[in-house]
Parts: sequence; C-alpha cells; structure tokens
Amino acid sequence: MSTMTDPPSESFRLSQLINDTRYRSYTFQFIALIALVALIAFLGANLISNLAAAGLNISYEFLGEPAGYDINQRLIEYNSQSSHWRAAVVGVLNTLLVAVVGCFLATVIGVAVGVLRLSNNWLIRKIMAVYVEIFRNVPVLIWILIIMAVFIAILPQPRDFRGEDAEASMLLGSFAFTGRGFYFPKPVMGPGSGIVVAVFLASIAGIFYLRSYAKKALFDRGQMIPTLWPSVGLFFVPVILAFFVMGQPITLEYPELKGFNFKGGIFARNSLIALTFALAIYTAAFIAENVRAGILAVSKGQTEAAASLGLRPGRIMNLVVLPQALRVIIPPLISQYLNLTKNSSLAIAVGYMDLTGTLGGITLNQTGRAIECVLLLMLFYLTISLSISAIMNVYNNAVKLKER
Amino acid sequence: MKKTVLLGAMTIAGLAAGAASAATMDDVKARGKLNCGVTTGLVGFAAPDANGEWDGFDVGVCRAVAAAVLGDPSAVEFVPTTGKTRFTALASGEIDMLARNTTWTFSRDVDLKFEFVGINYYDGQGFMVPKELGVSSAKELDGATVCIQTGTTTELNLADFFRANNISYEPVPIETNAEAQPLYLEGACDVYTTDASGLAATRAAFENPGDHVVLPEIISKEPLGPLVRHGDNEWGDVVRWTLNALIAAEELGVTSANIAELAAGTNNPEINRLLGTEGNLGEMLGLNADWAKMAIMAGGNYGELFETNIGENTPIGLSRGLNAQWTDGGLLYSPPFR
Amino acid sequence: MSDKQQSVAFFRETMLPEQAPPATQRGIVKWLRENLFSGPINSIMTLIAIYFIYKIVSGAWPWFMNGVWTTSSLAECREVLQGSTGACFSVLTERWNQLLFGFKYPEDQYWRLLLAMVLLLVAVAPVLFAKVFPRKMLIFTGLYPFIAFWLIWGGTILTPIVALLGFVVGYLAFKKFEHQSFAMGMLAFVVGAAVTWIIGGYLTEAMSGFIALQEIPSRDLGGFVLNIILGTVCVSLSLPIGILLALGRQSSMPIIKWICVVFIEFIRGVPLITLLFVANVVLAYFLPPGTNFDLVLRVIIMITMFSSAYIAEVIRGGLAALPRGQYEAADSLGLDYAQATRLIIMPQALKISIPGIVNVAVGLFKDTTLVSVISMFDLVGMIRGPILASTEWNGVYWELWGFAVLLFFVVCYGISQYSQWLERQLATDHR
Repeated sequence: MSTMTDPPSESFRLSQLINDTRYRSYTFQFIALIALVALIAFLGANLISNLAAAGLNISYEFLGEPAGYDINQRLIEYNSQSSHWRAAVVGVLNTLLVAVVGCFLATVIGVAVGVLRLSNNWLIRKIMAVYVEIFRNVPVLIWILIIMAVFIAILPQPRDFRGEDAEASMLLGSFAFTGRGFYFPKPVMGPGSGIVVAVFLASIAGIFYLRSYAKKALFDRGQMIPTLWPSVGLFFVPVILAFFVMGQPITLEYPELKGFNFKGGIFARNSLIALTFALAIYTAAFIAENVRAGILAVSKGQTEAAASLGLRPGRIMNLVVLPQALRVIIPPLISQYLNLTKNSSLAIAVGYMDLTGTLGGITLNQTGRAIECVLLLMLFYLTISLSISAIMNVYNNAVKLKER
Repeated sequence: MKKTVLLGAMTIAGLAAGAASAATMDDVKARGKLNCGVTTGLVGFAAPDANGEWDGFDVGVCRAVAAAVLGDPSAVEFVPTTGKTRFTALASGEIDMLARNTTWTFSRDVDLKFEFVGINYYDGQGFMVPKELGVSSAKELDGATVCIQTGTTTELNLADFFRANNISYEPVPIETNAEAQPLYLEGACDVYTTDASGLAATRAAFENPGDHVVLPEIISKEPLGPLVRHGDNEWGDVVRWTLNALIAAEELGVTSANIAELAAGTNNPEINRLLGTEGNLGEMLGLNADWAKMAIMAGGNYGELFETNIGENTPIGLSRGLNAQWTDGGLLYSPPFR
Repeated sequence: MSDKQQSVAFFRETMLPEQAPPATQRGIVKWLRENLFSGPINSIMTLIAIYFIYKIVSGAWPWFMNGVWTTSSLAECREVLQGSTGACFSVLTERWNQLLFGFKYPEDQYWRLLLAMVLLLVAVAPVLFAKVFPRKMLIFTGLYPFIAFWLIWGGTILTPIVALLGFVVGYLAFKKFEHQSFAMGMLAFVVGAAVTWIIGGYLTEAMSGFIALQEIPSRDLGGFVLNIILGTVCVSLSLPIGILLALGRQSSMPIIKWICVVFIEFIRGVPLITLLFVANVVLAYFLPPGTNFDLVLRVIIMITMFSSAYIAEVIRGGLAALPRGQYEAADSLGLDYAQATRLIIMPQALKISIPGIVNVAVGLFKDTTLVSVISMFDLVGMIRGPILASTEWNGVYWELWGFAVLLFFVVCYGISQYSQWLERQLATDHR
C-alpha cells in the first residue's frame, strides 16, 4: 500500500486537535495562553483582594513627598527635604558609580591576572591560579563583608590622627587613609584655570595627532618619526607654562583634621571603596579566566607565524594574539560587567546607599510601599541589563567572522 | 476546562480567605502556636540565648499573649524581622502580632493600617559616644559620623534634629543592631544613635561599657508597643488587654509569686475580675476565665518582666523612669478591668 | 659492540659515552632558571612574589599555630594569649553547632540533619561516578528526596510515602497511555499523581502520628546546612524547569516561545536580591489571602526561578551547538517530537551543557548566602547576626570569615574540579 497524505476534503474531527501535528501546536498554544491568562488573573485578583482587605492601594504619589532621611554619598544635590524620587535618583547614580569604577578596576586586574596566568614564571602562574580559584569559589557577599570588616579593623580612625604623638599620620601630609575612607587633596579651580585645562586638552589632542602622523609617515614613506619624547614634552611643557603664566590658578585643598573628621579634599567613603574593591577583585577572577581562555583560543601557529616574521614577543601579543583573542573575550567580559552591576545590589550589606539602599531600602521602609518600590527597583535593573545586552548583540554582530 | 478549574480554585480560595482573614484568634487557636514578630536580636528586648531560646522584654509580651490565648507560654513561634520586613510580615499574615520595639506613629497607624494596641515601653532617641571624645551634648556633634539603623523612625528624627540645629553630620546606615556594634566599636562612626533603651542594651553588650556615655539629649518621643493588623478588633482586644493585664497586675500587686494564692479569691474585686474568679471578662474576650492569670504567670507582671530583662539589676540597667506606674510618677496607666 | 676498539681514525663506530649536561641545564637549577629566573623581569617578579609569600606566611603562621581552641569568650582568649599573636578559634568550637545547623534546630535532633547530609553523599555518588557505583544505587537516589524531606522537616513518614506513591502511580498511568501519545501520557501522569495525593492527603491527616519524627518548621533551619539544602533543592528543581524553558525558547510555537523568552530575560535581568525581596515582602500579596507558606519555601521558589532561567540559557546553548543533522536524522527515523527530544537531542545537548550547568550550580550555591540579607540565618547570617553581636565574640572576624571561606571554597572548588574531570570522561568525540 502506498502511503497517502490525508485528503484535504476530509472533515475536521475533534481528535485532530490532539493527534494531528498540523493542529496540535494550536492546541498547545491555546492551552498555554489560557493558563498564562488564568495565572495572571489569579495573581491580580489576589493582589486586589489582599490590598482591599488591608485597605491599601497602589500609588506612586509617595515618590513626590519629602524623603525625610539623609544620604551620605550623593553625586547630586540632595537633602532630607528632597523627594523620594530624588533619593532614588541619588541611588541610581551611586549604583552606576560603583558599577563603572568596579568594571574598570575588574578589567585592569582581570586582564593582568589572565596574562600572568600564562606567564612562563612558575611561581607567578601558581599564585595567580590560587587567587583565581579562591575568589571564584567563595560567595561575593562574604568577600564584601570581609573587606569591609578588614578595612575598618586595620586602618586607623580619624581620632588616631589627633594629638602630638598621634598613632597615625598622613601620607606626605596630604593623603589620609582612615577606616572611614580615604581623603585626597582636591584641586580648587581659581580664575583663569579654564585656560590651563584648555591647554592641557589641546596638548593631549596634539599628542594623538603626532602619533597618527608618525604612523602615516611610516606606512606611506617608510619614514620613522620618533614619538615618545615629543609626546612626553607635549604632555608636560605647555601645561606647566600655562600654569605659571596664568599665575598658578589651580591650588590644592588638603584634607585637615577638624572636629570629628577630616574636612576638605576629596573623600572616598569606606563603604564605596570596600564594595567597589570587593566586586572588582571578585569579578576580576572570572575575567582572568575569560582572558586566559581567549588567549589560549588563538592557535599556536599564529604566535609562531608572527615570531617567524621577526616580531618581538610584546608586539606578537599586541598585534597578533590580542586582536584575535578579543573576539573570544569580549562577550563573556560584558556578561561579567552585567554580573558586577547586579552584584552591586549587595551594597546594602555594607551600608552603601545604592538604589537598593535608597529606593529598595529606606524609602521602602519609611513609606511601606513594598510593591511599588520593588517594582521600580526591578525595572531599573532590567533596563540596565537589557541595554547592556543590546550593546553586546550589536558588538557580536559587528565582530562576527565573515565566513566564506 | 483548565480555566474553570482555576477560576473554581480562585473562588474557593477567595471564600476561604474571607473567612480566614477576619479571625486571627481562630487561626492561632487552630494552629496551636502564636506567630510573633521580634527583632533579629537586641539583648534585653528579644534575643536568642546560647541554646536558641528567645528571651527578653518584647518576648515576654509574646509569651504572655500565647499564655492568655493558648494557655502555654512556650507556644510561640518567634519570627525574626528586620526593619524592612516587619510591616509586610504583619500585613501579609505571616505573623499574628509584632512586638519589636516599634514606634507608634501616625502614619504607621493610619496609612500602613496597623493597630497599635498599647505602649509597653516609653522610649526616646538618644546618642552614645565613646568617653574619650569628650562630648557632653548632642549639639557638639557637628561633623560627626553617625551610625543609624535603617528603616526606623530614628533615621527621620536624626535628619530633623540636625537640620533644626543647623549642624552637619554623616549618616552611616546599618541594617541591624548587630552590625552596628563592630562599626561603632572600631570607630568607623563617632556616634551611635537609636532608642535610649536600645543604646543601654547595646552598651551592656560591650566589653567595657564604662568607656561609653549616653548623651543627655533625648531628641524624640518613641512610644514602643505591640501592634496587630487593622480590621480584626477581637484579636486587637486580646493583645491590648493582655498588655493591660500585665500593667494592671503590677499596679494591683499581683506577682507571679503570689498569683496562685490571689487566684483563690481576694477581697479586692478588681483583682478577682482580673484573675477570673469574679465576672466573665475572659468570656467576653473569647478566652478562658483564667486568661490573665496565665498571662501573668508566663513571665510575671509588667514590673517583673522589666526587672528580669532590662531592669537595673541586669547588664542593661535601665531605670523605670517614664515606665513607672502612674502611681509612682510614670506614664503606665491601665484602663480599669471592669 | 660498544666496547669495540676504533679501527679507523676519522670514523666512529660507537657512541661517545653520554656526558652530564652542564650544571645550568640540569635538575633543579635548570628548572629554576627556566621557570623562575628566565630574565631580569621574571627574576624581579619572582623575588617580589617570594617576599609576599614570606610576609603572608610569617604573619599567618604564628597566628594559626598559637590558636586558642578551648576558651568560651574573646576576652578569655586574649587572657590566654597575653598579648602575643594568635587566633581565637574557640569561637568555632564553641559555636560549632550554630555555624553548621543554625541556632533553632533542636539539639537532640541534629542527628537527622547529619544523617540527611551523609545520605546526600550516598545519593549523589552513583550520579556523579556512574562507572564506579552499580546502577542499582540510582534507586536510592530516586528515593532520597523523600527520605531527606522526612529527616529534615519531620512529621509522619506517611507524607513522603504518599508523595512517592503519587509519582509511582503517575508513572504507571503514563506507561499505560504512552502508546497513544506523549501528551496523553503526561496527562495520565498528572491525573494519577493528583488523585493519589488527594487521597493520601486525607490519609496522612488522619494518621499524623504514624512513625512520626518531631516536626520542625523550616524557619528553624539555619547555618551551613541551610545553604546546602537551598543549593541542592533549587539546583535539582531548576534542572527540569530549565530544560522545559530551553525547549520552549527553541520551539516553533510563537506564544510558548515568547512566554519563555520574556520569563528568561526578565529573571536574568534583575539581581537575585530583588527577587528575594519579592519573596520576602511582596509575594504574600499575590497569594490567596490566608495562604501562608513559610519564608524558606518562598525563597526556594524564587531561587529556583532564578537558576532555572540561567540553566535554560546554558541548555539552549547546548541545543544550538548540536549539528542540524541530528535533528534531521531523528525526523527521518520517524520519531515524533517527544521521542526525538528524549532519545536523540537531550542526551547530547545535556552532555555539551554540563560544564555550564555546573557553573550555574556553583554560582547558585554561592548565591544562597544572599538569604542572610533578608534576615535568614544561614552561615553568613549566623556570623553577621547572633555570633558577632554576642558579648563573648564581638570582634572575632578573621577566624569566623576564614571558616566561612574555607567551607565554601572546599565545596565549590570540589564541584568545579569534578566538572572538569567529568568533561574529560565524556569527551567521546574523536580527535
């Protein structure tokens, strides 16, 4: 008997909904949709009846009311009379601050460790392996807490700087490392300082121009133009000249011990430093592994080919290995950035006022608007994550190997 | 088909809820245990000891309510809550009552829909500083770094106080009392602020309590008391009058030592009514006649609870102060049992 | 032969005797030269590294060796040490039970937790080392969840038995209807299991004292055991869910696909801590009023959702890495979707995904420490809360945190080493 497909004229039977592959997918999707709608309706109905029973409602009006609490770390103007919304924005900026600084540090440490793990120095290799394994295999929360505890326990407190025979002293009279944070001198911009800054920026631009000109000359005419010393000269000389010509408009404000704390200068708070540092070295351990894997993924023949062309080891790394390794390294690197940003929500453990601390912490506590706050919180993290993944997708498409 | 099942389940759940949410007392009795929200650990008020048994002043209130309702002071499930979780835990029904030195404020009562049943401790926010700083008044704290527990009224009071006095400070927010201690001791903050009772309790846990002073300023009113959900008045009454019974017992001289003797009957009609030998107060509450007797026997009357947990002979060493009976110049004043 | 005299002056018939290599090219010296001092930069780095190691060891060694193990408070420790450096490990011995089991689990019931943990090892052994242990031990692995539930939470033994029976009945029903179609089989499974559970539910209620262990509410769990329980339960639950999500995301049915995509992307886009907040402060509003399941269960639900989204992504990678030919071959054999997935696709896709799954599992186990932020007393919660706040142990950081680091490191490093070993075992492709 030759097989026959179902004649199209055959009338529709109910059992086809289950047994016929043409219709079965509709059945499943229909069931899934109904189940989803029912689930949402179920949760929604519960929410409404629960809120009604408790006499509460969903409203975002509290965001406009004065927050009433103070935040120590703020990048924008904020005081206790500002609104909850503004407190949330302060939190967002603090989250971003930790995320950006943390990602930068993590990349620097991670790349260094990843390269050193492949070094031909046995001791260094082993030390780096130990570092990577220890940090990868212990929860980041523990690292955050340890680093904060150590920070506070080991460094001297401002009160130790006081008195004639103080237990601690400032480094070079201008840097103070205390358990509450680090104090640095702060540049104060006087009149005319704008010109100095402008000269500085111009000389940076000049250096870049010089370098690209030298490169062009090398490629076009085979002419070697020295760049190192002219660059150094360009970097320092015009700025220093401008600085003295304008009458030393930029001065440094040194931190000084006044009352309970140091005053003046730039203050990097202990919670910020501990959190950033903990997140950075934790994430760096993962990044190091990515970097190592990326370098190993470049086949040995590439290195050998470059060596046979007479390139020095440094150049082989810069010109041959790294560009190829980057394609392997970048995607996991970006997902590590994402993880770091999400892990920064653990700031609450050291009292750093990120978004989880302001909106998801104090605002939630003071207003009791749990649902609204948690929703906003998730929305924010979701926005960050999705935009980073969008960037990553664009990048992935851009560097994808155009296969023949 | 699936939809009808789910809808059916929803309706049943809804109906069951309508019945369930109204009567916390029935829930507690059916469960045989009282779920009582306490702090995650504040010595003297509520803290687990080395054996994991909860102990403290707030814990005493929980035990008294459990004894009054269930006849067994140990029939309590203590649910540790943080400043963040306490209100949701209560609102969602995870706990039946909250005894977590919670300040009675307008917005918590009206906006968050809770019922404060009374005040078991009249408190106020204070400051603790190391003696070596030589500070004698809170007004001298300009520029100080202050450790505060987040999610409490202290945070708001603090902002108000410093703003009103036009001095600057640096707040260091901390989740729990436990985490605040090392920060303060290591000097990461100059000042620790919380309710004066909490300061005393914290200081008592230090190795050298004498090195720290509590400043004289009390910058706020912090009436602390147990609370229940809005809308379940029967349950609210039970908790309220259990607390009142403890207070009245002290006023009437009923202690855990002499209660057995007094329960046999006395000449004082109010004691008789309180202990259930006269009248039917227990029945009105939906409890046994000896509810108050059980509650008082759980840990003693208010005064005894105070003395054993936070009184002057304990490491915490709080004096009665405002928390003395009205007859002794304090604010404790129980409505009559009649 | 070798000793034969040379006959011709310019032509050697024998090898010269081997000479020892130069001193610099042999033994430890060569190794040192090549590995530690191969150039000026390397030498400097080696010296710096040696200096650091010396500093760390010279600092930590006396601290460790002078450790005090038997006092009952930090003050006593200091008294014993009299100013010399030394660790105060007595906090570990004194609070040992609290660190491992939390402070509320009844002390006379610790044997149950210990037994459950030991049995856990027995249960996972045949899964981890399939070649060493007989296959029959897998039966015990299947039974383990029910035994563990009974041991840890207590109550009557009927509860886990009924739960198990439900699965058995469901499986029998599935077998009976499987020949019709996979979907019918699943339906029969659900119906069979549900009927058994409902009937069994009445039975257990009636006989709640039957071979009963003391019932222990899950909020009494704590310490490192809580981390292990959360980790194991959530990983094992999230595996099947993750597989379903991954299949759903690869599915050609748009609605199912989009449900899965939205779920996965949402969960992966938010930090775990916000999900724990949801479990802690929001979830109760979304449940029918009066239902009140405890915090640990809510947390398990949230962490399971979290990890299943990640596992789904890993498995999706495995599915995508399978050559197209495998799908086509399965189709050409006339297998339907369920059969093809079960017999051809999944075994291969899972094999590819094993390293990723283990990574997720390790990450998840580490993330269980986050529950300490929502006032649960796991290992970290115990250290931060009751122990560091107690009068006796105020200020003992290094010992406690070192202990926590050690515990997590041993477990996580062990798992990741195992996964690398397994990868090598499973590498069946021909190279």
